[in-house]
Amino acid sequence: MTYELVSGLETHIELSTKTKIFCGCTTAFGSEPNTNCCPICIGLPGTLPKLNHQVVRYAIMAGLATNCQINNISKMDRKNYVYPDLSKAYQVSQFDKPLCKNGYITLDSGKKINILRIHIEEDAGKLVHERGDTFVDYNRGGVPLIEIVTEPDFRSIDEVKEYVEKLQLIMKYVGVSDCKMQEGSLRCDVNISVRPQGEEKLGTRTEIKNMNSFTFMAKALQYEYDRQIDVIESGEQVIQETRRYNDDTGETESMRGKEDAHDYRYFREPDLVTISTTDEEIEQIRSLLPELPSAKLDRYINEYGISATDAAIIAKYRKVAEFFDEACEGVKAQKIVSNLIISQIFRRFPTDGEKEDFEISITAKMLNDLVLLIDNGKLNMNLAKSTLEKMLDTGKPVSELVSEKDLSGVDESALRQICEEIVSANPSAVSDFKNGKTNAFKSLIGGVMKATKGRADAMLATKILEELIK
Amino acid sequence: MEKTKGKIKYLGELLRNKEISCQELTTKYLESINQDNGKLNAYVSVTEQEALDTAKAVDKKIASGEELSPLEGIPMTLKDNISTKDIETTCCSKILQGYVPIYNATVWDLLKSQNAVLLGKTNMDEFAMGSSCETSCFGGANNPHNLAHVAGGSSGGVASAVGGNIAAYGLGSDTGGSIRQPASFCGLVGLKPTYGAVSRYGLIAYASSLDQIGPITSTVEDAALVFDAISKKDPMDSTSQGGAEPTLAKLNQDIKGLKIGVAKEYFEGVRDDVKKALEQSIKTYVSLGAQIVYFDLPVLKYALPVYYILACAEASSNLGRYDSIRYGYRTDENYHSIHEMICKTRSEGFGKEVQRRILLGTYVLSSGYYDAYYKKAQRLRGAVVKAFQNAFQSCDVILTPTVPMTAFEQGFSSKDQIETYQTDICTVPINIAGLPAISIPCGFDSKGLPIGMQLIGNTFCESTILNAAYQFENACANQIYKNVDLGVKL
Repeated sequence: MTYELVSGLETHIELSTKTKIFCGCTTAFGSEPNTNCCPICIGLPGTLPKLNHQVVRYAIMAGLATNCQINNISKMDRKNYVYPDLSKAYQVSQFDKPLCKNGYITLDSGKKINILRIHIEEDAGKLVHERGDTFVDYNRGGVPLIEIVTEPDFRSIDEVKEYVEKLQLIMKYVGVSDCKMQEGSLRCDVNISVRPQGEEKLGTRTEIKNMNSFTFMAKALQYEYDRQIDVIESGEQVIQETRRYNDDTGETESMRGKEDAHDYRYFREPDLVTISTTDEEIEQIRSLLPELPSAKLDRYINEYGISATDAAIIAKYRKVAEFFDEACEGVKAQKIVSNLIISQIFRRFPTDGEKEDFEISITAKMLNDLVLLIDNGKLNMNLAKSTLEKMLDTGKPVSELVSEKDLSGVDESALRQICEEIVSANPSAVSDFKNGKTNAFKSLIGGVMKATKGRADAMLATKILEELIK
Repeated sequence: MEKTKGKIKYLGELLRNKEISCQELTTKYLESINQDNGKLNAYVSVTEQEALDTAKAVDKKIASGEELSPLEGIPMTLKDNISTKDIETTCCSKILQGYVPIYNATVWDLLKSQNAVLLGKTNMDEFAMGSSCETSCFGGANNPHNLAHVAGGSSGGVASAVGGNIAAYGLGSDTGGSIRQPASFCGLVGLKPTYGAVSRYGLIAYASSLDQIGPITSTVEDAALVFDAISKKDPMDSTSQGGAEPTLAKLNQDIKGLKIGVAKEYFEGVRDDVKKALEQSIKTYVSLGAQIVYFDLPVLKYALPVYYILACAEASSNLGRYDSIRYGYRTDENYHSIHEMICKTRSEGFGKEVQRRILLGTYVLSSGYYDAYYKKAQRLRGAVVKAFQNAFQSCDVILTPTVPMTAFEQGFSSKDQIETYQTDICTVPINIAGLPAISIPCGFDSKGLPIGMQLIGNTFCESTILNAAYQFENACANQIYKNVDLGVKL
C-alpha cells in the first residue's frame, strides 16, 4: 500500500529588532553569556514588560508579506510552564487573538500552503552543558519571535522544504529577520502523520521539535514517515507524542507522550494592555513593504526577458536583487546586467553565504554606469568585461579606469568614418569578399579594431561594413 | 499637635523652622523603633544607614537655605514587597530570603528623589496573601491600639508602624483590601488608588490586575500629599496612567449637595457596633450637607469568589518564578534533578496560605476547569465593573464599612480560612472594579479598637473621596483619632 504524508509546520523566526521584545537589552547574537540581560528579561520580582512596538510592526509586515489578515485588536497571553531557561516560569505569547491570521504562501506548482496564524512571543534563554554541569544563559531570553503556523497542507518533504525556503526568503526580503537556521533564528516544529493514499481521514500525528537545518528536517521527516508506516503495517497504532530528531542515530525519539503534554494554563497577560492597530496603520506598513521575491521574479522574466533560471538566482538573494535592480536603472538590455552579475561578479562570491551578504566593492550605480556605456555602444563587451574586473579589484568607477579617449571614436558616426577609411584603403580585400572569400571580411573587421585599438563594437562594425560594401 | 493637621506637614515645619534637625528627627524614630518594634513587630528590617545618610543630606540643604519639598526629610517606611535597590526585599517569605533587588521600584525612586527618609521595610502577609499579617514568615505585626490584636493585613507592618508612631507614613499595596483593612484596624487613613494611578513597577506581584500601591497615613491630608507624590504615569508600567490631578489643593471644598451612595448589601453581616458607627457617620455627612442616595448592589455577592479565583490564578503564574535558580532560598535537602530541587524549594520556601492560593489558582486555570472558573470569573468581573459604573450615575461617592468588624484577635485567621476570606467582602469589589477607595476611622468598638469607614470613588476621582474624607475628619476628629502610648512623641 502507498501512504500519503500529511504535514503541518510551526516556524519560529527571531525578529531582527535591535532590542528585545519587553526591555531595552540588545538582541545581538554571540555575546558572553548573561551579558545582554536586565531585571526585566531575567524576570526579577516586581519587573514589568514594556512592549517594543517595532516587534508589532515587524510581525504585521511578516503577516502582510504572507497574505495574512491583520487583527486590529490583539492581546498578549501568558503560557505557563516550568523550565530553568524560562525565568518567569511563563512565556509571554499570544493565544486566542494572534496579530495575523489566514494567510498563505504559493509554491511553484501553484499550490497554496495556508497559514493559520502568526503571533508574537518572547524567546527563552538557553541551557549550556559544560564540564558535567548545566548553566543557564539568559541572553536569548526576551528576544522577539514570530511563530508562523500552517494548516496540515504539505503532502511531501519537497513541499515542506520549498515552503521553508520561500518563507525564509520572504522574511529576509521584508527585512524582519536574517532567518539564519544555524544561529537558531529560524526553527521549525513539524507535525506529521501518514494515511493510506486516497484516505480522507487524517492519521495520528507526531510532532518533531526544534529543527534548525534543512538537512536534519528532510532526514527527520523521511525517518518519521517511514517509521509511522512501519508501525501501521505491523498492525500497531501511531501514538500521539512529541519527538526529537537525533542526528547521531539518524532517528527520531520520543520526548513526551500525550499524557505528559503540558497544560499551559494560558490566560491574558495582565501586565500589558491591548494591542490595537488601525487600518490606516496597517496600510501605512503595507506601503513600506518592499517588492516581494515572487513579484521580482515575475518582473525579471516577463518584463526583462531574463531566463527563469537566471531570474531565480538573482531573486534568491535580497541584496543581489536590490543591487541588480539599481544597476538596471535606465538600461535597455537588463539581460546584460544579469549576465555580468551571474557569470562575472558571482565568481567572487562562490558560496551561498557570500552571495547572501554580497559585500561587493563597487556600488550598483557604478555597474549601472558601465552598462549604460555598453547600451550606448561606447564600450564593447570585451572591454566592458575587462573594465568590470578592474572595477571589482579597485572599487573605482568606470570613469577612473577608462579614459575619454578610450571611449571616443567608438560611437556610431565615428565608427562609420573609420569603416569608410578601411574600405577605401583595402580595395583588394573588398573585391575578394565580393568574390565570395568570406575570410576577407575578417581582415576588414581586424582593420577596424586595430584602428580603434579594440574599442569598437564588433557587431556594429560588421553592420556598417556590410552596408558599405553592399 | 492638632489631630487633623497633617503629620507630614507638621514634621516638615519643625525641620524648616529648625526646631529639630533631620538627623535628630531620624534618630528619634530609629530609637523608638529600637524600643517599640519588639512589641509591634512592624519592621522586618531597619535601614539605619540609609536613613541617616539621607537625613544628613537634608540637613545640609536646610543649612544652605534650600527649599524643602513636602516629603523631604520625613521618616517613612515601605512594605517589604516594594523593591529597594541594595536593600533586602523578601515579601516576608522564606523563599525570598536574602534577595536584594538590583533596581528600585518606581514609587521608591520618586520618594527617594525627594529625600524621603527610609527607616526600614515593614511586615506583611507572605506575598500579600492574608488579612492579618500572620502569614508572614517573621510572624504577625501587632495592633498599636491593643497588642493582643492583629494590625491587619496584608500591609500590617506599615499600619502597625504608622499607628505606633515609629514611622510618619508608609506605602503599602492593596490587592483586595491590604491597605484599607489594616488602616481600618489601626485607626489610620489608607488610600487604594485607581488601578493605574500609581506605577506597579518594582512591586513584587501578587495579582497583577488588582495590585495597587498606596499610602497609609495618620491623616487625610498626609494621604493626599503622598498620593500626589507617587501618582505618575510610568513608562515602565504599561498599565499606569498617572493620577488625574493633584489632590492636596482640592481638599477643603464644600461638600454641600455631594451625593453619597449607600447600598444595603454592604451592611449585611456587618457587626452591630460597626454598623452603628457607620450610621452615625452617615448622619455626620447629612449634617455637612451631603445627600444620601440609596441603591442596590446585588452583584456584591459574587465579588468574593470572583476575587479569589482571579487573584489566585494570577498569583499561581506570578509566583512560578521562585525556583531558587537565580535568587532566593534553595532547599538544603538532597535532590537528584532540577525538578526535584524546584519542588523541594517551593514546598519548604512557601508558607501554607501561599501554597493554598497557588494550588487554587493552578486549578482554576487548568484545561477542563478554565471555563467553569476563570472564564466565568472574568465575565462576572465585567458585571461588577458595570454595577459600579451604574451606581456612579446617581452618586459621587459610595460609603461602606471598610471591614465588617474590628481587628481580629491573634490566631483568628488560622482557625477558619473561609471566615477570614469573608472579612474582605467590603474591600475586594473595589479592586475588581479598579476604583479608588479610602478608609478613614469613624469610631471605636467597646474594646477601644478603631472602626473604619470606606469611601469609594469613580475612576481617577481620588480628590473627591479625599475631600469627602477630609470634611468628615474635620467634623469629628476628636471622636475618630486616639493617641497611643508608643513610638515618637513630638
